[in-house]
Amino acid sequence: MSLANSTIATLRQRLLAKEISPRDIVTDVAKAIDTQNASIGAYLSWDLEKALKEADQADVSQPLGGVPIGIKDNMNVIGEPCTCGSRMLAENYTAPYDAGAIVKMRSAGAVPFGRLNMDEFAMGSSTENSALGVTRNPRDLERIPGGSSGGSAAAVAGNLAIATLGSDTGGSIRQPAALCGCVGLKPTYGRISRYGLVAFASSLDQIGPITKTVEDSAILLNHLCGKDARDSTSLDVEVPDFTSALGKDIKGLRIGLPKEYFISGIHAGVSAAVNAAIKKLEALGAIPVEISLPHTDVGVSTYYIIAPAEASANLARFDGVRYGHRSAAATDLMEHYMMSREEGFGPEVKRRILLGTYVLSSGYYDAYYLKAQRARTLIRQDFEQAFEKVDVIVSPTSPTPAHKLGALKDNPLAAYLEDIFTIPVNLAGLPAISVPCGTALEDGKSLPVGLQIIGKPLDEMTLIRVADAFEKA
Amino acid sequence: MPSPQIDIHHIAKLSRLALSEEEAVQYQGQLNRILGHIDQLSTYQLDAEPSAHAMPIFDVIRPDIARPGFTQEEALSNAPRRAMDQFQIPKVME
Repeated sequence: MSLANSTIATLRQRLLAKEISPRDIVTDVAKAIDTQNASIGAYLSWDLEKALKEADQADVSQPLGGVPIGIKDNMNVIGEPCTCGSRMLAENYTAPYDAGAIVKMRSAGAVPFGRLNMDEFAMGSSTENSALGVTRNPRDLERIPGGSSGGSAAAVAGNLAIATLGSDTGGSIRQPAALCGCVGLKPTYGRISRYGLVAFASSLDQIGPITKTVEDSAILLNHLCGKDARDSTSLDVEVPDFTSALGKDIKGLRIGLPKEYFISGIHAGVSAAVNAAIKKLEALGAIPVEISLPHTDVGVSTYYIIAPAEASANLARFDGVRYGHRSAAATDLMEHYMMSREEGFGPEVKRRILLGTYVLSSGYYDAYYLKAQRARTLIRQDFEQAFEKVDVIVSPTSPTPAHKLGALKDNPLAAYLEDIFTIPVNLAGLPAISVPCGTALEDGKSLPVGLQIIGKPLDEMTLIRVADAFEKA
Repeated sequence: MPSPQIDIHHIAKLSRLALSEEEAVQYQGQLNRILGHIDQLSTYQLDAEPSAHAMPIFDVIRPDIARPGFTQEEALSNAPRRAMDQFQIPKVME
């Protein structure tokens, strides 16, 4: 069997037993990419020679020694492209430095290998907004992998990677993990350095692992977290050994079920799978408690003010001067800005820049942005009050299984509304994980469903404990 | 809340995007629909302090000590156009 099908945990055992070498792993992953990437489209690029060289130098005695990790194409890895799925950066950008998370991962011995497709600048939930190629769901090639970290999830689900990194601004790790049938964890805001992650919405963005098992998620998370002086929002808090939460029981743990999340409009198959998952958690000794998150229905509106507002400011840096696409046709400076950006950005990015610029523009700031910031406080307070009564909160990750490619193409608002369960977590800065919880039937196909487990700030340990117990039961 | 009716040409200019006329029409329609939904916020009593961040960290400072950064060559390495070790832009003054 190809080593590409393995988990980090298994590979590490075999590396330590000297049954395999880091070179064997990278070689098998590259073979899987060679044979399958043409149909799945998870990777935008990969540099086998560089990875083999790094694999040969890897110190196997380190905790991630010799394990290749696929990287979403919005994190800088020195000497590699970082396209963000955009024409803006596709032609002529080579990362001159390593992102903070990459530095951490490397210091534990991991080898970054391959650049994974994504919605352009992480804006989207289907990876269809990539300007550089289509990514398909390995479970059904006619369907989307979810997004924005669609390449990261498809690579793991299709065994084209051992594990990958994604980034999550409104659900972009958890939702593609759910739709492809793998494990995606968004840590607490500030757990992992955002230095070198190309910014979309800085108060919401967070890097996290996409893996085949909860155990791998804990292993990888151990070597991503920690204070980074180059990201002033990274938290100077103790990083526990997340693997110590594995293999524990969940007897007596209180599981919150938000009444606002179990609503009509959820796909029947998703609803059935999530309800069965709750029964399973009960059978493991957890105690279900009905809770209320009263501001749930303003979550999407709040997010689609705050995220585009921050994006419009962050993406102002793409001016065709220091890096990125530069229009050949412009004759003066204003034209240079306007045409470089017009030619470099795709439709969803332009839509969000326009929306963000509008809500921040003179006369509208108080009406939109300030109001959204007030709503954000209320959403966070909802969670604080709920967590006085429960240890974790569970919900579907996505209200539907994977759509067919192109299904929501001309209806951005409908696509935005599908982020209803994942968005509040980012607004409140909480950690959450999506674990596979069965399948939903659509058009005769069994499609993966994800269970979202939301935790208290910095309590990834309990998330991992619950997710691991659920996965093994 | 103001009734949503985007002046798309004004916003496009603020955004530094040279939209085509076709794009302007399309985005105006789509953004008005999105703003129509977002306007539901105005029906809520939002009686809370605004928060810009979820985590309570403020005024992060570091000692004012020089530390290594990019070399000139590294900083210029991705410039679409450069001249005499500088970024080159279209002429600003006649």
